[in-house]
Amino acid sequence: MARLIKQQQVVGSDDWQIIEDDAAVVDYAVISLTRWQAERSALAAHAEAGKLGLFLNSDETADLIGDDASAFALIAIDFPKFTDGRGYTAARLLRERHGYQGELRAMGDVLIDQLFAMQRCGFDSFSLRDDQDTEEALKAFSTFTRCYQTDVREPRPLFRRRA
Amino acid sequence: MYVYDEYDQQLLNERVAQFSGQVARYLDGKIPEEDFLPLRLQNGIYVQRYAPMLRVAVPYGALNATQMRALARVAREYDKGYAHFSTRQNVQFNWPALEECPQILADLADVQMHAVQTSGNCIRNTTTDEYAGVIAEEITDPRPYCEIIRQWSTFHPEFAFLPRKFKIAVNAVPGADRAAIQIHDIGVNIVRNEAGELGYRILVGGGLGRTPVIGTEIRAFLPEEDLLTYLDAVIRVYNQFGRRDNKYKARIKILTKALGIDRMRELVEAEWERIRDGEGKLTRAELDRVKKHFSEPAYKDLQDEPAELTSARSENPAFARWLQRNVRAHKKSGYAVVTLTLKQKGTPPGDITAEQMDQVADLAEQYSLGELRSTHQQNLVLPDVEQAQLFALWQAAKANGLATPTLGLLTDMICCPGGDFCALANAKSIPVAEAIQVRFDDLDYLHDLGEIDLNISGCMNACGHHHVGNIGVLGVDKKGEEFYQISLGGSSAGNNTDEAALGKILGPSFARERMADVIQTILDFYVDKRIAGESFLEAYRRLGHAAFKEAVYGPAD
Repeated sequence: MARLIKQQQVVGSDDWQIIEDDAAVVDYAVISLTRWQAERSALAAHAEAGKLGLFLNSDETADLIGDDASAFALIAIDFPKFTDGRGYTAARLLRERHGYQGELRAMGDVLIDQLFAMQRCGFDSFSLRDDQDTEEALKAFSTFTRCYQTDVREPRPLFRRRA
Repeated sequence: MYVYDEYDQQLLNERVAQFSGQVARYLDGKIPEEDFLPLRLQNGIYVQRYAPMLRVAVPYGALNATQMRALARVAREYDKGYAHFSTRQNVQFNWPALEECPQILADLADVQMHAVQTSGNCIRNTTTDEYAGVIAEEITDPRPYCEIIRQWSTFHPEFAFLPRKFKIAVNAVPGADRAAIQIHDIGVNIVRNEAGELGYRILVGGGLGRTPVIGTEIRAFLPEEDLLTYLDAVIRVYNQFGRRDNKYKARIKILTKALGIDRMRELVEAEWERIRDGEGKLTRAELDRVKKHFSEPAYKDLQDEPAELTSARSENPAFARWLQRNVRAHKKSGYAVVTLTLKQKGTPPGDITAEQMDQVADLAEQYSLGELRSTHQQNLVLPDVEQAQLFALWQAAKANGLATPTLGLLTDMICCPGGDFCALANAKSIPVAEAIQVRFDDLDYLHDLGEIDLNISGCMNACGHHHVGNIGVLGVDKKGEEFYQISLGGSSAGNNTDEAALGKILGPSFARERMADVIQTILDFYVDKRIAGESFLEAYRRLGHAAFKEAVYGPAD
């Protein structure tokens, strides 16, 4: 996980690793939704220790994990192509509807010019595509000062805040 | 009209800065072509046959004179001296250099204009009735709702990468569809319920293109303050479940068909239930704030039909004809709504020169309180003209080629830029429009024919709305050669109580040289068979498709 940005800081990489469904679950393993659904009780200890992560494919909607979301210390949402915008809705629903408080990571085709909107939808960590410039990326977080809509960071839309 | 406050202006300025940075990184080789494409599209820049095209938003068709002059300046300084008004009320420049687009957008931001989301798979410019606010027929002025939708959709964090483009249109005239809402992804019809409260009837899943569909009602009545949360719910469902594997099956119309309207409604309602009373719900204060921007100007106390108008009409038949076609009733006595047609012979429909744009700005200031509108039929409107000044306005408009008295008639065609400009087109459309303009240039004949919508698209993406033309023309490619398919019987239901209708293909396509003849044959048949007062569409419905087919292709074997 090179070019990782967390909380608007470049951290390079961390301990989380995506594992195959047949691999042994180690600390900081990121597992598939299928595996969670199949092995839930066996994975409870890892989850309680705060060392279990979940990987959501772009076609897996947030309600499939629902309130189980809080079992995970990290949820990684995949962007197979940056033009696949399903992950924005998934992120928002995890935060706003399912009460997810842990780390929410954008993975895959994650590009500088999408970071601002991703952050608004509740992502707080970003595993950038290899060719992305991390310095440019940090600037993208302050693209707009105030936005019109409600979002995860600012639940009140501009029309409720206008002077 | 709506005037930006510091929040609106700051957002737009920051957008210009963001896009300038994106262009600089692209030109620097730091953004690959395929990554840059969606970025430039979200700012209205296409790469066309010869040069990039920049599509500037005209939110719900509302413009002021200052903005029109700014557009004229762009045409003059960055383009070849003209611009094109599109069927979505926007304005397109066909020859700017990509390197100059950031500067153009900075210039436009100074007059509160932009190219935000004029393309790409996001929520596009919201369109409405070009007569909004000035006609008696409307339930209420639709523009405040359009502005509220504009702000909500601008840089929406969740919906920048939808499966496909998403278009919303708003109508406020009962019994008519003044904004072609039935062929939009979401159609918002402003209505009153039985208790007399304002709200909306919502249609979903309309659209033209490869699979033309008329929108279906998803909600019979939505209360006024629930507009934005409901839109959020519909698009959230679409964003999650719309197809992304095939761009020709990615519009919400395909999802709606696949799920069925009942299932679609169930999903939307379930989503909406959970957000309807959240912070995103519109407030009375916001509705009032935005509505204030559209409050009535200080109209003078005037009488209808002043003496100057009556005498000018009786003395000048050409003026009388223009009054009859291009001028319509205003809600205030003594005023009129004037359409300046961009349909002159020899000019592609919707095209306007920089000089004309400046002249239109002058006319707007001199005769219409500084405001004007663009229309989805690719014309311009002066909404607030004193009847006593109509003759003077007509003379000035005529001198500048803006008074062709053909609004709603055969040669008031809708036409996309086609193969002359567009990289998507299968065939040219402008030469067909021109051949029709040249063939049918007799005003007596055109007026005798009465109202006919003739719409031309250069490919099945249907920017020229050919499916809903009474006569629709579609450019097709046959082994590298350009042919044209004719359909009949379409209607966007602009002025009548009908449902919109999709035209039916008449038969095998024709070479371009034959098009004027074929249209002539169709019209001759209509003129021959019509009964008194019957419009082309009415005659087509009475006589039937087969009769017209036989008139064109001869008896079936």
